[in-house]
Amino acid sequence: MNKHRTQNLSKLALALALALEGRGLGNVAPSTVSFFLANKEGSKVNAKFELKPPPYSLNALEPIMSQRTLEYHWGKHHRSYVDNLKKQVVGTELDGKSLEDIIITSFNKGDILPAFNNAAQVWNHDFFWECMKPGGGGKPSGDLLALIERDFGSFEKFSDEFKAAAATQFGSGWAWLAYKSSKLGVGNAVDPIPLEEDNKLVVLKSPNAVNPLVWGAFYPLLTIDVWEHAYYLDFQNRRPDYISVFMDKLVSWDAASSRLEQVKALIA
Amino acid sequence: MAAARALFTRKTLPSSSSMLRNPKPFMATALTSASTTTTHTRGLQTFTLPDLAYDYGALEPAISGEIMQLHHQKHHQTYVTNYNKAIEQLHNALAKGDASTAVKLQSAIKFNGGGHVNHSIFWKNLTPTREGGGEPPHGSLGWAIDTHFGSLEALIQKVNAEGAALHGSGWVWLGLDKELKRLVVETTANQDPLVTKGASLVPLLGIDVWEHAYYLQYKNVRPDYLKNIWKVINWKYASEVYEAESSESTA
Repeated sequence: MNKHRTQNLSKLALALALALEGRGLGNVAPSTVSFFLANKEGSKVNAKFELKPPPYSLNALEPIMSQRTLEYHWGKHHRSYVDNLKKQVVGTELDGKSLEDIIITSFNKGDILPAFNNAAQVWNHDFFWECMKPGGGGKPSGDLLALIERDFGSFEKFSDEFKAAAATQFGSGWAWLAYKSSKLGVGNAVDPIPLEEDNKLVVLKSPNAVNPLVWGAFYPLLTIDVWEHAYYLDFQNRRPDYISVFMDKLVSWDAASSRLEQVKALIA
Repeated sequence: MAAARALFTRKTLPSSSSMLRNPKPFMATALTSASTTTTHTRGLQTFTLPDLAYDYGALEPAISGEIMQLHHQKHHQTYVTNYNKAIEQLHNALAKGDASTAVKLQSAIKFNGGGHVNHSIFWKNLTPTREGGGEPPHGSLGWAIDTHFGSLEALIQKVNAEGAALHGSGWVWLGLDKELKRLVVETTANQDPLVTKGASLVPLLGIDVWEHAYYLQYKNVRPDYLKNIWKVINWKYASEVYEAESSESTA
């Protein structure tokens, strides 16, 4: 069931690694490389479940996202997902599998197994840190902007849709910009937006730890964490303010663009 | 439009006149507490934020005044506002015979209506320590807890364990299953009310484990919040609901 997906992820890993190397972007998305490389190697090694630091210092997103928030969010929440995952997989059939394989296997067609929440949250947070950068925000450029304009009508329309998805995710969860490719499903879940055409950008939201990997055909380019712990110390109940300022001042469009390049290389 | 109004009035929003006729005045207050704070606008019954029976700072040090104020004035208010919006949209959709809009509104109604119902119960589940908060239940509820869980301490441990294990946002409940006549501990996700876990379940005690309920004070350490909240739990209220519901179920 997962073979097809694994092969695709492996291709993605390779493409991503090559592209990052070629572009000298090693500092932009280092752990994204290791996610996918881990998968490519088929992986007998388990040492990769480690707490990866964000690619900037913990005070680098001040005053928008405070050092205090990152000390808890990365230093406590993310850390406990990693620690708990390690404990959960030791001595089980998941031991030795890559993070992506654990996520897809333990999603178990929606009837989730115990390791899913921790595994997916480790992946989500690694991904999320790279979606931000000091002095971020603004608009993407190049192919990503062109695709956004093609698939949403304009950058502003995309931005409104993304913000609305993040604001209306009931309870804890995530909003995503993802590339929906064609029919690569892992047979793991129902297509969340079956009426959409394939091979286009889409906005999605997901509850709790769920991420687009479980849907198979979706390649995430950007995410925002809308668990309350992501913004409560800085914004309290004002989730919409957090979402707006994330878009205006934090988003790393470089990281999203480099992910798009990898997806294109993969599915070409 | 009349049909829509009748549906609301009969099924979900008992009118104040029917409450006055209710032979069990306590139950009217306890279980339809939301209806005590309704107002009528253009023929549609809407909701307002209920007052708390204590000051925001009165639950300190178990729960800080800052948390209580934000939780009540901002979070609960938002559920009330959005629930009112959703039922007004539903009202209009039903009046126009627009079934697909009516269906589309269900998730917002469940989330925001559930948020209002759950928080209205939660405020009653709390009381300052100096006014009896944390004082163990006596009478039939105390006896039932011992019977079903072994002891109050065992129940507290079970609630704390299930509340801590809930991934994401939600609630942990002590409920009465009126059909099986037994106490149950259940969790619900997001703002799902206890009744979503079974039509015969009545909430006696609900603890909010959304991060907004504890984050400013306890940060990531939800178990400490759960440990401390028992110092301000209003067991008298839970006992009264239990007794009223138990006698009703055997009547």
